[in-house]
Amino acid sequence: MSMWKALKPSHRNMRVWQALVLVVVLLGWHLATRNPQAAFFFGEPLKVAVRIWQWFTVGAGTLEVGTGETTWFTINFPAEIYPHLLVTLTETLLAFVIGTALALVVGLWLALSPLASAILDPYIKAANSMPRVILAPIFAMWFGLGIWSKVALAVTLVFFIVFFNVYQGVKEVSPVVLANARMLGANARQLLRSVYLPSATSWVFSSLHTSVGLAFVGAIVGEYLGSARGVGYLILQAEGTFDINTVFAGIVVLTLFALVLDGLVGLVEKRLMKWQPKSGETEKL
Amino acid sequence: MQTQSSSKAQAAPALWLDNISCTFISKDDRSQRYTAVADTTLAIAPGEFVSVVGPTGCGKSTLLNVGAGLLTPSTGNVRVFGEPLEGVNRRAGYMFQSEALMPWRSALQNVIAGLQFRGMEDGAARQLGEEWLARVGLQGFGDRYPHQMSGGMRKRVALAQTLILDPDIILMDEPFSALDIQTRQLMENEVLELWSAKKKAVLFITHDLDEAIAMSDRVVVLSAGPATHPIGEFIIDLPRPRDVAEIRAHPRFVELHSQIWGVLRDEVLKGYQQQKKLA
Repeated sequence: MSMWKALKPSHRNMRVWQALVLVVVLLGWHLATRNPQAAFFFGEPLKVAVRIWQWFTVGAGTLEVGTGETTWFTINFPAEIYPHLLVTLTETLLAFVIGTALALVVGLWLALSPLASAILDPYIKAANSMPRVILAPIFAMWFGLGIWSKVALAVTLVFFIVFFNVYQGVKEVSPVVLANARMLGANARQLLRSVYLPSATSWVFSSLHTSVGLAFVGAIVGEYLGSARGVGYLILQAEGTFDINTVFAGIVVLTLFALVLDGLVGLVEKRLMKWQPKSGETEKL
Repeated sequence: MQTQSSSKAQAAPALWLDNISCTFISKDDRSQRYTAVADTTLAIAPGEFVSVVGPTGCGKSTLLNVGAGLLTPSTGNVRVFGEPLEGVNRRAGYMFQSEALMPWRSALQNVIAGLQFRGMEDGAARQLGEEWLARVGLQGFGDRYPHQMSGGMRKRVALAQTLILDPDIILMDEPFSALDIQTRQLMENEVLELWSAKKKAVLFITHDLDEAIAMSDRVVVLSAGPATHPIGEFIIDLPRPRDVAEIRAHPRFVELHSQIWGVLRDEVLKGYQQQKKLA
């Protein structure tokens, strides 16, 4: 009885149970792929692990940084994966920052200018419903096979999520808070800075977890469709040779870094959004 | 210069709503009109505390928004110390009925928001803000966010936020209606104390007749909507300083209360009937 009490899932041993799920899945995967036919299609967890280990320890990588034909400097890495990871993460972060900034500006503008928003409304809806992954080849033509075509694709994904949240955030500003700020003497610029922007920011943060994930997706899909660097490129290469273990290794690495990015967003959110009540928090006096 | 403007101010009312009417048009149906306020004239002298009472939904807040310059009346003029009002009333402070604090600013940052908008240097603004927080009994609570405070504390912050700008006219829209009776009487006494020190013109909207009589120099009774207009005016000649809890036992208070209630009662019933019909 007491044994079960200690083992019963509770908030204390939650980590253990979470790890247990992983172990069970990995074990099932391992046993199922003892069969070589299954292993061909599903890879083998041990080989995947070895692949990841090699990526981070074996070989060497170089990354040339520059524009067009000119190379500013070359970075040397101790192992193969680093330049690819760096490229993918750079694309993700650039897309995330550019997309969010662009969406903030456009969102604020359209939300505060009813006329512009009324005129542009059908086009925004159209642009949002368009399957934007299809733009990847066009961006490759425009921006080449370097990082910028991937950044552009990921920006189109990030932009709309953040844009709609900013728009909503501005529209949902409490009219009383707004009137109060006006009575306190805020001019149009001050209203934007101290009422609209903070209100929109809270909405943006609720969408940031989604949009950082999508920035990642955009970067990877872009790489997958044509590139010479990046984790998406590694996966593409491996698929070309039916190297299923490497494909899975790429997926695992990407997932881990997506989790790290998500955690970083969570940290920033915690710092900036400390004014927001959390459910269950009842610290009142 | 200073004396000139003050002598002029004595001649002109602090706030003068001259023959105001407000008609709202429904957004969906242009033919649907609702006249909230009709032919209302109301003058508040500098330093005078005027309460406006009326049944719920009669357009009291509309009147206040007109005085604040947040709402342009359909007809009529608004004059502030003799000057026609254009845009937001810069000489007025407004205490709203519902939550008006910026939730993303701490108590102190909320209190000094108006000073910052006016471009006051940050250190000086903070110092003044701390002083005002202490004055409304919130010393040491400056770094709390609105959601971390009780309703009464938030009202105190709002009070400090409004009064720190030292407005010549204070507009209050049922500021304490959401508070429990004890907190409310405390706040009412605090407002009276702050007001008697500075003697600003106050336009105080309430549906609570006791509160109106206890605090004001003059009580104006509004009719039930639509087309609300003043139907009675009473000078409250109770001695000051007052304690809002104790003054209720004063014989003159009881007398005034029954007089005003005599006028107000019919309107409250009318308003109630109309609301029932709408529902």
